[in-house]
Amino acid sequence: MSEDFSRWQKSYPEKKERKGPFMTVSSVPIEPLYTPVNTPEINYREDLGYPGEYPYTRGVRRNMYRGRLWTMRQFAGFASAAESNQRYKFLLSQGQTGLSVAFDMPTIMGYDSDHPRAYGEVGRVGVAIDSLQDMETLFKDIPLDKVSTSMTTNAPASILWAMYIVAAEKQGVPADKLTGTIQNDILKEYIAQKSWIFPPEPSLRLITDIFAFARDNVPKWNTISISGYHIREAGATALQELAFTLADGFAYVEAGIKAGLDVDDFAPRLSFFFNSHTDFFEEIAKYRAARRIWARHMKEKYGAKTEESLLLRFHTQTAGCSLTAQQPENNIVRTAYQAMAAVLGGTQSLHTNSMDEVLALPSEKAVQIALRTQQVLAYETGVANTIDPLAGSYFVEALTNQMEEGAEEYFRKIEEQGGVLAAISENFFQQEIADAAYRYQKEIESKARIIVGVNEFQTKEKIEIDLLKIDPEIESSQVRRVKELKATRDNLHVQNTLDALKESAMSSDNLMPKIIDAVRSYATEGEIVSVLKEIFGEYKEQAVF
Amino acid sequence: MDQTRIRVLVGKPGLDGHDRGAKVIARALRDGGMEVIYSGLHQTPEQIVEAAIQEDVDVIGLSILSGSHMTVFPRVKELLKEQNAVDILVMGGGTIPEEDISALIKGGYAEAIFTPGTPTTDIIEWIKRRVKQKEGQG
Repeated sequence: MSEDFSRWQKSYPEKKERKGPFMTVSSVPIEPLYTPVNTPEINYREDLGYPGEYPYTRGVRRNMYRGRLWTMRQFAGFASAAESNQRYKFLLSQGQTGLSVAFDMPTIMGYDSDHPRAYGEVGRVGVAIDSLQDMETLFKDIPLDKVSTSMTTNAPASILWAMYIVAAEKQGVPADKLTGTIQNDILKEYIAQKSWIFPPEPSLRLITDIFAFARDNVPKWNTISISGYHIREAGATALQELAFTLADGFAYVEAGIKAGLDVDDFAPRLSFFFNSHTDFFEEIAKYRAARRIWARHMKEKYGAKTEESLLLRFHTQTAGCSLTAQQPENNIVRTAYQAMAAVLGGTQSLHTNSMDEVLALPSEKAVQIALRTQQVLAYETGVANTIDPLAGSYFVEALTNQMEEGAEEYFRKIEEQGGVLAAISENFFQQEIADAAYRYQKEIESKARIIVGVNEFQTKEKIEIDLLKIDPEIESSQVRRVKELKATRDNLHVQNTLDALKESAMSSDNLMPKIIDAVRSYATEGEIVSVLKEIFGEYKEQAVF
Repeated sequence: MDQTRIRVLVGKPGLDGHDRGAKVIARALRDGGMEVIYSGLHQTPEQIVEAAIQEDVDVIGLSILSGSHMTVFPRVKELLKEQNAVDILVMGGGTIPEEDISALIKGGYAEAIFTPGTPTTDIIEWIKRRVKQKEGQG
């Protein structure tokens, strides 16, 4: 066979190739052909296994999409809770199967809408949630025992989760029936998304408090969505996305163990969140490698005993950073390809971007197309008919192996620096990401990389799509709302809960019960964050570019 | 002040943490021969203007992806006026729709807005040309 391969190599018309380079989105060079000779030997049992069986390369469930399609979960939220409630109802009526909440910048950063730093930002990138009152409005007439909700909140995740739990309680739904996820991944904030409040140590304490509280009270809840999406959006390559996300994951496992938890008590509720960028095969390889790496480390390094601890379950979002402002309808096509890669990679849940998101939050029309993209994929293309259809492809297995090897090399580099927290303070991840982002931009400017409509196939155009606009009146009415709440609630009660929270923050108590008490008394997010800031301090980055 | 090097402050105002664009541009400007100061994240307009004056920059470049551009640009302009620093050119980019770009430029709040897909070379050329123009008028 290798003789024949050499013969083929010699006869390959290299000089007649189109202008290269032939590389992935991550600048990884790709061979013209993959055969058994130039790809690693695969041991089916050890390297692939069956779906739902160690090492889970082929999928985390025994019947994957034959049993249940991925959840169609569109990230949504804007303006006030009342508007977002309407959008959620629209999406559910159009066939979405799970909710996902996008909060505005003040809510993300722990400021109430009436705080000076919230000025001009209320309701612009997501929904404004200042208190339990807003959370109740957000889910009005949406039965929280029937729908699962993902909330993209990190630094103040404990607080928003508490609001959700109490809002559900007021609907008559007990915490042990709740299903959903909080992103709650602070490490990637320092690395990429940059919406931090407190320094690393107290942030990890809040996270392990959440692990323990969920174990005992909200057992069906995914306590964390260990994310690569944002790392990728910041400019990382597919390999960096994979390696940095899993390194963060291992750091959380270690934090949980250090906090005295048994790994099997919290690992089953760790979940992940990956990007799906436009290089089709690179993404599929990334997801398959991710499952295998996680299972191997959890079993061999952390000694996890239950099967659920070994499963890398993930949500995927198609790549926001791949969307273009030029000829925005082309984004529908990009999103479709990216969605297909995510599904062929075995994602449990998927958000597809809307075509207008380079310019604004999704309009109703654009998000409907995005949802239909998933539905066409699920019901018309046949990709969900069989499990892990690309297994055994010489190309895909070669890429999967390459991803795993590259990730292990990064793990070694991170270990050498003393672990994830040390590497963060040395700006290791941040510099890698900045370098990759710069290289990508240079490739576009030199036309080593073609982006349709941007540096090739351009048209002179006026963008005619109807964009979602956030009425500035939203901010003024939200400010009025929170001021009125503060004036009419039992402020003595609120102060008592905040004092109790402060005491607990200074001790090593689990903070969730006190946060829930505060939230129930209608303390605002900003008030709770202020108390915690007093005790925990604030994080400051040393920026590199 | 170094007469030969253009000095630019790349600023991230407001709560928005998306810094990929700002950093790529900062680096491109530096590679293009300019002195670049990056403000870091979560800056108030006051902090940005203070830094710009302290660092004696020619240009402030604001990167805004959070939709707050219609409040931030005017506020920065207002502060520059208050501090007698109107000779500092203000430009920027981010998630800013066409009609807002027109409003900002017509209102005199920004000299230019560069949106996604703009080659960094275009931005470098614009800055060089505009600063030269300004110095010619000074």
